[in-house]
Amino acid sequence: MAEKVLMKGNEAIAEAAILAGCRHYFGYPITPQTEVAAYMAKRMPKIGGTFLQAESEIAAINMVYGVSATGKRVMTSSSSPGISLKGEGLSYLAGADLPALVVNVQRGGPGLGGIQPSQSDYFQATKGGAHGDFHMIVLAPASVQEMAELTVKGFDLADKYRMTAMILADGTMGQMMEPVSLDFAEGEKVEKPWATNGTKMARPHNVVNSLFLKPEQLEKTNFERFERYETIKQNEVMYEEYMMEDAEICVVAFGIASRVSKNAINEARAKGIKVGLIRPITLWPFPEKAIAAAAEKVKKFISVELSMGQMIEDVRLAVNGKAPVTLCNRTGGMIPEPEQVLAAITEAAK
Amino acid sequence: MSTTQYLFAGFGGQGILFSGKFLAYKGLMDGANVSWLPSYGPEMRGGTASCSVIVSDTPVGSPIVSRPDVLIAMNLPSLDKYEDAVVSGGTIYVDSTLIERKVKRTDVKAIYIPATKLASDNGTPTLANMIIMGKVLSEEGQFENEEGIMAALKKVISAKRADMLDVNMNVMRLGHEYAE
Repeated sequence: MAEKVLMKGNEAIAEAAILAGCRHYFGYPITPQTEVAAYMAKRMPKIGGTFLQAESEIAAINMVYGVSATGKRVMTSSSSPGISLKGEGLSYLAGADLPALVVNVQRGGPGLGGIQPSQSDYFQATKGGAHGDFHMIVLAPASVQEMAELTVKGFDLADKYRMTAMILADGTMGQMMEPVSLDFAEGEKVEKPWATNGTKMARPHNVVNSLFLKPEQLEKTNFERFERYETIKQNEVMYEEYMMEDAEICVVAFGIASRVSKNAINEARAKGIKVGLIRPITLWPFPEKAIAAAAEKVKKFISVELSMGQMIEDVRLAVNGKAPVTLCNRTGGMIPEPEQVLAAITEAAK
Repeated sequence: MSTTQYLFAGFGGQGILFSGKFLAYKGLMDGANVSWLPSYGPEMRGGTASCSVIVSDTPVGSPIVSRPDVLIAMNLPSLDKYEDAVVSGGTIYVDSTLIERKVKRTDVKAIYIPATKLASDNGTPTLANMIIMGKVLSEEGQFENEEGIMAALKKVISAKRADMLDVNMNVMRLGHEYAE
């Protein structure tokens, strides 16, 4: 195993992307994700890659579209307001069935909001992200190690299913340093016969496009895309269960909220309260079956979020009325303290 | 189970993030689980900067330190802001050149060291942070292994600045040898 180094989450994403074979990065600075761009600016020229600071987020995502169409691995990163600007491009990537990795290191919103950590782009990330019928694969790292691992995984999934994979992190995950082992091989190689990389007079022209004026044809592309989504739901769900074996209360939390929750769960366990955690790693596809299975034996659910309560809607859908689901949250850049989560657990245990 | 939560706080430019990173690397190289989380807001640009470091023999949960076992206060606003947050029985290191008042709490250990003056007298005015760090390592009994300290310094000081390795080691010794 490679020696562990201390890295910021943002830097780990950038280095992992390079290890995954990404040689094209387009971005625009915004706190708290700027270290991704800064790292790429330093590294890409040394390895024959492209780093380009675009004139705007919209330009950057359209550069991603262009490179992706040629079959190369490509990424962009931003933080909440910048991701909103990329919305048009995200929809076009979906419509053209192009793979890409997009990183959102979330900050508080709405609007220009603040720069402190947040999870309030959950709806935006998991329900599509822009206009039209589509989804992105959404990966939620909870450590710097996972920032790296899920970046590689994200590229693989994006290529495999020809769609955008989004890393949905937050300011804490981006800014914190933890030991990380970058000991993984370059990601899976996927053939891309659809790429517009020159016919060499040996094949018909490939066309990459998201415009389908005949509704019958557009409907067909959407049906086909959603068939793929079903395959993803069957095969790609990832989550972690923590102390769930005998749990009577289930906390559901991702990213930084899951780490705060683990502290609270450990304290609650020390007081004899049977509580566990389900931590979604894929937010789309959501681990609905794991939560539905837990709902058969758990008495209460608590959704811990850095938002006004967004994931809680998916938790409630999965629980399907079998148990009450309450919210424990802070928002606007504030982070719940373990004491707050412990209080919610203690209340649920009454 | 042993977990120590450190909070470094001072002005931007005092090397708060650097000394935190050094301590995190020291922990990592000693085989511990560690996390380092900086304040990254506008306060970095001249106000109070802070940084949370956790060193633990179990996996680190939340990386946010809101109840530090050890507070390193390098200016008055930091002591004012975080003194009450320190756990009972914890330790507060005070740069007594810049902070004239004493620690009010009686249930914590207060350690005063005129780090800024010692650094200035030594001709290394920007290294008050590492003088305090030397004192922290000394109090924790970590100064017995100077090789371990040097190994961690090599992780946070780039090869291009190798001349700074001994400089940092020497100022940490000043902190180690300082007696109130």
